Amino acid sequence: MMILKIAWRNIWRNRTRSLVLILSIVLGMWAGAFIMAFYWGMSKQQVDDTIQQNLSHIQFHHPDFRENFEAKYTIADGDQVVADLQQDKEVKAYSERVVCMAMAASASKSTGVTLYGIVPEQEDALTGLKEKLIAGDYFTGKKNEVVVGNKLAEKLHLDVRKKIVCTFQDEQGEIVSVALRVSGIFKTRNSRLEEGMIYMQQTDLSALLGTGNGIHEIAVLLADDQQVDAVTDQWKQDFPADDVESWKELSPELRLIVESFNQYMFIIIGIILLALLFGIINTMLMAILERTKELGVLMSVGLNKTKVFIMILLETVFIALVGGPLGLLLAWCTVQLTHSSGIDLSMYSKGLEEFGYASMVYPELGMSSYFSILIMVVAAALIASVFPAMRALKLKPVEAIRKI
Amino acid sequence: MARTVIDAHELSKTYTEGPVPVEAVKDVHLHIEAGEFIALVGPSGSGKTTLLNMIGGLDEPTKGKVVIDGTDITGMKENKLIDFRLRNIGFVFQAYNLIPVLTAEENIEFIMLLQGTDKDERKQRVQQLLEEVGLQGKGSSRPSELSGGQQQRVAVARALASKPKFVLADEPTANLDSTTAANLLDIMEKLNKEEGMTFVFSTHDPRVIQRARRVVTLVDGEIEKDEMVNEPMVD
Repeated sequence: MMILKIAWRNIWRNRTRSLVLILSIVLGMWAGAFIMAFYWGMSKQQVDDTIQQNLSHIQFHHPDFRENFEAKYTIADGDQVVADLQQDKEVKAYSERVVCMAMAASASKSTGVTLYGIVPEQEDALTGLKEKLIAGDYFTGKKNEVVVGNKLAEKLHLDVRKKIVCTFQDEQGEIVSVALRVSGIFKTRNSRLEEGMIYMQQTDLSALLGTGNGIHEIAVLLADDQQVDAVTDQWKQDFPADDVESWKELSPELRLIVESFNQYMFIIIGIILLALLFGIINTMLMAILERTKELGVLMSVGLNKTKVFIMILLETVFIALVGGPLGLLLAWCTVQLTHSSGIDLSMYSKGLEEFGYASMVYPELGMSSYFSILIMVVAAALIASVFPAMRALKLKPVEAIRKI
Repeated sequence: MARTVIDAHELSKTYTEGPVPVEAVKDVHLHIEAGEFIALVGPSGSGKTTLLNMIGGLDEPTKGKVVIDGTDITGMKENKLIDFRLRNIGFVFQAYNLIPVLTAEENIEFIMLLQGTDKDERKQRVQQLLEEVGLQGKGSSRPSELSGGQQQRVAVARALASKPKFVLADEPTANLDSTTAANLLDIMEKLNKEEGMTFVFSTHDPRVIQRARRVVTLVDGEIEKDEMVNEPMVD
């Protein structure tokens, strides 16, 4: 206990120096934690948007469908799957889709797109597509109507009620060209989705493809996103004839964002701590140099080397334990504040949307991340204390006492 | 016959750090018995502090050995030696050398804490020692709040806290005025007479030499004179 007391009081012997060091840790941790919260806020929103607007949590396909997107590969037991989904309490919404790759052309330009044949009510329940309309109607019931993204509309110079020609292969491999009329234009935060997707009524697309009642994709949104892995595994067993994939399998790049977050965090905080480490070492070395005589006396009167080592270790850890939590508390307050108000990056919205990021960022960071950062701070302090402590251990009492 | 607490055999110390080796202590034989009040005197550079440091296990002799109460401490491993010092030797330094972040009480208690003395006994002994050195009521003061004389009295109390076999005091009065030095020597003399505590001083202060009952004079690292100058204390 006395060692603890001495170590704690030693910190405050040179208040200014200790406070400067503590402040540097506070600022370092605040900046590090906030950067991570900002990054996670952006990434999480991108992941959530992609899940909500397109992928959903889990999708069913014919095992060969995603290789070449050939129309003939419809889900063999689609009706059974849908029947089961309707009974499953884990399922929040689902959408049966007919999917084909197509070349879309207007009078001026052409581009590659994915044509989705949907049941409008199902798709709206799943992705809220209707609410995203910025012009026109969400299917009026007329034949061969399409809803296109705003970016695609801009690219192909389309407007509501204008025509677009889509060319694709039907189930037999025959080329089909069809003129479709734009019924509505939707806008999302993700430019890629806006630019690459066209929705039309499932009955229309099925007729053109000649797939009858067959469907290519069933997208499912779960009530609890924590259950995705468990439910996917269960459905893989329940429907062995189909490809059942979670969003992590469907979009490995999103999975990478989520799974590599901790690695990014360790790298960024590690770099900040590395810079702080040298500050801590420098300060502690100065403190040891100033107290050479005192350390000599302590060793003379009976403080053994292990306790001297522990004392110096504790001094460094105490500094980190004051600075670290204060910095993290400050970061937590900043994150809470900015999470509720959001950070407006609308001046960069064009660029952000290109990469699927929203222009309003809501920083957030889980408590486990704060805890991990705190552990890293303490570990860094322990590492930083070793060198000064080793220097102290090399002191010979009789020589240390002679120092003025 | 009194028990021998310090037995130095052919003790020599040569410093080789500089360009020319310096023989600080040469073949010194010294026996100190329990209850002695002895002063090692001599001019600056005569080797008295070096001898004191070797006796206290702070410095390693180049030759010879030091036996403390039957234990040869020469060549003892460092942590073992620190523990030996903790349990057997009390130190009083010229510059007091108290731990500045601890109060007077804590400075005294610290040694007992290192020894593993239980709390009640520690508290009781701290108060007893503060009383013995005349610092009742000053226990909660930090060293910076005490005068030089008061700090040195705390240092004496600290040296006695571990119930050592003897106290080594290196120029304990060098930084004190006459009255304060006299008060301090009164305390140490009293502890010597009443409790039989052995004191070994390294000094060239006449005020200390006058009080010593045995004076060992060192010149150029050798004992020139070893004389009883007052009545030796009866055990």
